Amino acid sequence: MFPTKEEWFATLNERHGEERQSKFSAATVAICGLGGLGSNIAIMLARAGIGKLILIDFDKVDLSNLHRQQYKPSQIGKYKTEALAENLKEIAPYIELQTHNIRLDESNIEFLLKDADIICEAFDNPEAKAILVNEALEKFPKKYLIAASGMAGLGSANDIRTRKISDKFFLCGDGKSEVKEGLSLFSSRVALCAAHEAHIILRLLLGEKD
Amino acid sequence: MIMINGEEKNIDSQSLGDYLRSNNYNLMRIAVEINGEIAPKTKYDEIFIKNGDKIEIVSFVGGG
Repeated sequence: MFPTKEEWFATLNERHGEERQSKFSAATVAICGLGGLGSNIAIMLARAGIGKLILIDFDKVDLSNLHRQQYKPSQIGKYKTEALAENLKEIAPYIELQTHNIRLDESNIEFLLKDADIICEAFDNPEAKAILVNEALEKFPKKYLIAASGMAGLGSANDIRTRKISDKFFLCGDGKSEVKEGLSLFSSRVALCAAHEAHIILRLLLGEKD
Repeated sequence: MIMINGEEKNIDSQSLGDYLRSNNYNLMRIAVEINGEIAPKTKYDEIFIKNGDKIEIVSFVGGG
């Protein structure tokens, strides 16, 4: 028996507490990159009852993504924005989604991210990470920015951390494990880093400072 | 004294750009905050590191 919108939010209120849930429901989070990090973050935030997600990625689902990204074989060839939106709507039917099938860069960052309360960097390319972080901190100094760096391999899970770089800027990951020949990405360690990003987002929405 | 990534450094006054280059940072893969504020990439050579500055240099690696 499919839950009505009322039942859905009543249950979230019951699980999370009405005050907490009202903060989650009122929030808009932009997820930049819908790969190993972004697809996992989106699902966690959707389940947590975040009101609106802005999903940004230019790419399509590929077979090589499925070892860590939250897509299905039946979605190979689809745009990630479309596939993830499909998956999220199944998981959290009353979530608001805004998708942008575009490559984020200096020319469109301001427009695409202006409505977000929190900006979540979830790229895999280190130059793209640097561009987004620099632009976001410069153009939106009042918004929270969560970024990630270093999660490759099968090193200890305990090395994945959340670091507060400054009042608005948080960095998740181990800071050093980069993808290279012989050091691939594994679902659990990527999801760990994604969970760090999702978790600090929930904490910040509830007024925690770190 | 200047704090760089949590460590006290005794360095000569120099531009941020010079410091980054001489310490082999890849300028395309970093973000720098000085005293809690982002240092714009275009201004690295105009910003001078001074006594009492607290600098965070974040280097991004690939994977996500």
